[in-house]
Amino acid sequence: MKSILIAMLVAMTLPFGLATSARAGAGDVVVENAWSRASIGTSRPGAAYMDIRNAGDEDVMLTGLRTDLAGMPEIHLTSTNEQGVSSMSPVGEIAIAPGETVALAPGGMHAMLMQLRRPMEEGETFPLTLLFSDGGEVTVEVPIRGIAARGPDD
Amino acid sequence: MTLTLFRKALWALAGVAALALVWPLLWADYRADRARAEREPAFQADFELTDHRGMFRTQEDFAGRWMLVFFGFANCPDVCPTTLSEVATIMEGLGNDAEQVQPLFISIDPERDTPSALADFVPRFEAGIIGLTGTPDQIATTSQTFKIFYERFEEASAPDGYTMSHSSQLFLFGPEAGYVASWAYNTPAEEILADLRERIAQ
Repeated sequence: MKSILIAMLVAMTLPFGLATSARAGAGDVVVENAWSRASIGTSRPGAAYMDIRNAGDEDVMLTGLRTDLAGMPEIHLTSTNEQGVSSMSPVGEIAIAPGETVALAPGGMHAMLMQLRRPMEEGETFPLTLLFSDGGEVTVEVPIRGIAARGPDD
Repeated sequence: MTLTLFRKALWALAGVAALALVWPLLWADYRADRARAEREPAFQADFELTDHRGMFRTQEDFAGRWMLVFFGFANCPDVCPTTLSEVATIMEGLGNDAEQVQPLFISIDPERDTPSALADFVPRFEAGIIGLTGTPDQIATTSQTFKIFYERFEEASAPDGYTMSHSSQLFLFGPEAGYVASWAYNTPAEEILADLRERIAQ
């Protein structure tokens, strides 16, 4: 009887144990300072910015994004050459080393939110899920600031 | 013989005297030329475009004011709203001097950026920015005048299947429409504001 109880206890705690081991990867990713700008309707893409920190001690690989706000969310990179010409292209996967922070910030990388399903209204938030190669996910509520916002707080 | 020598000496003296007289004049003239060349702007703002209210506009409409000019497109989610918001910060920071500065956003995506498309975009930054667009030809001519680069490239994931690369500097033109300065994209608004204030005060 006692052994059955122990077995049951072990069986119950096992999922927790698995969840804890998964924390070594995507589970140790901390997303801070997330913000975005209000959109004008849904015909033009939106952009969201944030700091993605790997607080664990293993490399993590950011492979994609998911949100109910946009049909096609992707991380894009704006690059500006020596002649001052800026262009934009999809980034693909982003490796984040332990202790490192990848910043999505104006003029660098941004979460490009294409095919908006609803307008991004100032004062609201939307959930954005970051997908990692180990199958882990991190969901963050992104506040929507005014169209002329310059950062998470100004 | 001695007379000839004397004459030669006289002529030489006269030559030196003439040179001494003329040289400062030549020098002054040369210096003035140099100064003029230094003061003369590299190029003049020159355009014939339609603003976001549908009005025909040229640089002459803004004579006597400074023009803060930048290029972009309304479908641009990162660089353009960032620049527009930086310009809004600059205009706000100028306070009373803002009347002396006209910010102009010139579209390099004339296909999508009709005046009404710009009317739905530019005024939202509440900085008195005027959006300008035109026919593809007008935009091409404007880009040559301003020596800027833009290019459409196919990008399957972008809205309508294309996006634009473009010069992202902010250009300053003086009250006579002459080019004064430019700032690279990502120059902090505060830095541009300080520079601009100094130039306006001069």
